Amino acid sequence: MSVQFTVNEEPVELDVPGIRRLLDVLREDLGLTGTKEGCGEGECGACTVLLDGAVVDSCLVPIAQVDGHAVRTVEGLAPRRPDARNPATPDNLNLLQRAFLETGGAQCGICTPGMLMAGEAFLASGQAPTDPAIREAIAGNLCRCTGYTKIIEAIALAAARREAPG
Amino acid sequence: MTIRPPLGRIAAPVTLRPHLPSSGLVTPSAPFRREGPAKLTGTALYTDDLVFPGAWYGQTIRSTEARARLLGVELDPGFDWTRVVVVTAADIPGANIVNSIQDDQPILAVDEIRHHAEPVALVAAPDRALLREAVAHVALRTSPLQPVFDPLASSQVFAHYDIQTGDVEAALAGAALVVEGEYRVGHQEQLYIENNAMIAVPRDDGGVAVHGSLQCPYYVHKALRRSLLLSDAQAQVIQAETGGGFGGKEEYPSILALHAALLARACARPVRMIYDRHEDIAATTKRHPAIVTYRSGVSADGRLVAQEIEIVMDAGAYCTLSPVVLSRGTLHAGGPYACPNVRIRSRAVATNTPPNGAFRGFGAPQTEFAAEMQVNRIAEALAVSPLELRRRWLYRPGDTTPTGQVLRESVAAEEALERAAEASEFERVRARTAAARTSRVSRGDAADGHLAHGIGLALAWHGAGFTGSGEVHLESVASVELTGDGRIVILVGSTEMGQGTKTIFPQLVAEALGVPMDDVEFAPQDTSIVPDSGPTVASRTAMVVGGLVIGACRRLRAVVEERSGAPFADSYRADAQAHGPTRIDEHFEPYPGVDFDDTTYRGDAYPAFGWASAIAEVDVDLDTGEVAVRSVVAADDVGRVIHPVLAEGQVEGGTLQAVGYATIEEIKLRDGRYLNDRLATYLIPTALDAPRIETILVEAPFSGAPHGAKGIGELPMDVGAPAVVAAIHDATGVWIHDLPASPERILAAMASRDAESQG
Ligand code: FES
Ligand code: FES
Repeated sequence: MSVQFTVNEEPVELDVPGIRRLLDVLREDLGLTGTKEGCGEGECGACTVLLDGAVVDSCLVPIAQVDGHAVRTVEGLAPRRPDARNPATPDNLNLLQRAFLETGGAQCGICTPGMLMAGEAFLASGQAPTDPAIREAIAGNLCRCTGYTKIIEAIALAAARREAPG
Repeated sequence: MTIRPPLGRIAAPVTLRPHLPSSGLVTPSAPFRREGPAKLTGTALYTDDLVFPGAWYGQTIRSTEARARLLGVELDPGFDWTRVVVVTAADIPGANIVNSIQDDQPILAVDEIRHHAEPVALVAAPDRALLREAVAHVALRTSPLQPVFDPLASSQVFAHYDIQTGDVEAALAGAALVVEGEYRVGHQEQLYIENNAMIAVPRDDGGVAVHGSLQCPYYVHKALRRSLLLSDAQAQVIQAETGGGFGGKEEYPSILALHAALLARACARPVRMIYDRHEDIAATTKRHPAIVTYRSGVSADGRLVAQEIEIVMDAGAYCTLSPVVLSRGTLHAGGPYACPNVRIRSRAVATNTPPNGAFRGFGAPQTEFAAEMQVNRIAEALAVSPLELRRRWLYRPGDTTPTGQVLRESVAAEEALERAAEASEFERVRARTAAARTSRVSRGDAADGHLAHGIGLALAWHGAGFTGSGEVHLESVASVELTGDGRIVILVGSTEMGQGTKTIFPQLVAEALGVPMDDVEFAPQDTSIVPDSGPTVASRTAMVVGGLVIGACRRLRAVVEERSGAPFADSYRADAQAHGPTRIDEHFEPYPGVDFDDTTYRGDAYPAFGWASAIAEVDVDLDTGEVAVRSVVAADDVGRVIHPVLAEGQVEGGTLQAVGYATIEEIKLRDGRYLNDRLATYLIPTALDAPRIETILVEAPFSGAPHGAKGIGELPMDVGAPAVVAAIHDATGVWIHDLPASPERILAAMASRDAESQG
């Protein structure tokens, strides 16, 4: 079927089977490999993206459901989309990415894109950045490296900086 | 006196720590992770992110029985096999052996199937749909054989050790108190979030390049050379960004690389083999299950006088690294306590289950769990505080271990213990939980029911680097090169998988050469570029390889400064222009005064030990047996802290894996098959299950390493589980001898205790 949607605000039009997973469309059809697959069953959250701002596991979303909607992925976070001309540097990161860098919230990094998207949704929700609220917000995202401590710290740091910019 | 915050999750803001200035500037001692920005923007390339045009997809045909005679691999004649390739053992040019300690594991099974999910044949196809179809048309013809599942009934022994010092029988006979115990721990899955993944690409010279998620490029290199009959240059191994390893990508990638390479050879195209989670859990290595029994003797004046220990580890169907895992488990089984009479006997045996292998801690978490259970139970029997008992018994400088090793330096058991005890206010909390327990008993359990709070303590040691003479046999090399165009490049075969190697090594080099860290490059992990620095395992990277790198820097600096007569930082660019490239290869030299005899198991088992203490607080629901681990204070001695943020990250991550091991992680088996081989059924801790973790980094430097570092990755794994189980005991009054301490086990233990007290 033909589907139209936006990814990181850029329009996309594709002719693919409606049951194709959003995850595969992103990674294989659009070359956006920042979104990861850890289980393919909705258990790990490595494939987390935002669909109209809501957290979804892209491994569970058939592309037909994305028709007419807006997808946001990790590639859309940095101020300038990193590529050969804009390499990923500590200066080309958004508030949350920067906080992850400073606190050490990414170790092996495989859970990180999903964590960032869950964290972005939490920041956008405007909830108070308490420890339990942050834990709840990332409860669907598994991390085996960090013990979550520094991820929680990063989200809290970004929230604090959003409140008091500069 | 400070007041402890209330227990449980409080709706307070997360504390933002002072060492993170809000301007974003970080102190020079904690530079940002080198590859951090790439990981944070989704541009870091993991194996499955790599694109090779025209690549085919590969899949493994696996056994569905635990033990059987393999009569044939049958290809359905109704299927058009010209569109795909199939590989069986007959297609392997060299040895049908996965290179490891023993030559027992085939790349593809031939006559006998020895475990469920054993690889028997391989298929590759140009697309996934055709691959699925082809795989469905392959059948294995087998006839069943009698499997062995009980390690105690197994007669096939892969390795055994016997360590003796003093006279245990006599000491036990004369002891005032003898405490016996049997402890069982099960499989644990590493559960890195990136599954095993490998892509093999044919090379023009007839060789193969493999790109993969792996810890030890040179293990894979050796395996490829041997079984595909390739030269050093024809076998090329390149580590892609690796999404966690924890030991699970130490030896396993060899067989996967061989499979991918065989398929690539057969179809003359790149072949992708990316496991899904189900296959990864069903087929790859786990932590060894173990049964550990103790008889410990205590003298009338309260000294530990005898330890008689027996260890049986279940290796699974093939040897893999079991002799080394068992060795480490054996050497650590006495715990960090002085004892004049010790006998430790151990064996690793075969069963018809998938082979077990490396996992953070490498045998020590199994035996140290048992050792700490024993000490805690003795403390209970003596009615002394578990903290006080450890104060009396722990190793101090000058003490001798069961192998006869004198602990001359870098002994921080006491400091780790005291700092954890102080930070957690152990005795104060313990007094409070004891009071709560007493009032619960006097009112009857049902009166307040529900949550009981408990605190528990554990102490451990962990040998830094390879066991025994292992480091000497490895002959590791690390290099630093000043290139002709004036760049400084670190060339080591030590992989990054999250622990921070790519950040820490440039830090060490910058310090040794007196140059800014940004001027130091880290060469890609490609066997055609970097030397064999030994495997990235055993927490040896910072201590051993880091030490070699610093040695290379010192020599490079001397050469350049000698030529230029000026400080290295000011002269190296001009030196490169005038003299061309200068490369220093630093070879491992045995640590002075460190000597171990592999045949008698006497001597210095490790050049140094790291020390760790953990204190856990839990809430146990007395109605359901459910455990919530609220907090863990972890004090870990790492020799010298190179990067505090990365070091804390290692402690926090290891602690949570240990909490999972203690409470929820369990593989259930039926007929040799893992039943819960999916992420929906093999559970690991989420952010909601994770305790608050407070890390205390202790520094007792090791003089044999130029920077004093001893390694950190594994320490927290040794102490977390016994601390949690001790806390469960403090809350409930029952000991859980078998991991995990599941609600079922806790309820059963409480029920049998209550039955006893009434009967
Ligand atoms: S890959 Fe989607 S939840 Fe794990
Ligand atoms: S950083 Fe490795 S899984 Fe989270």
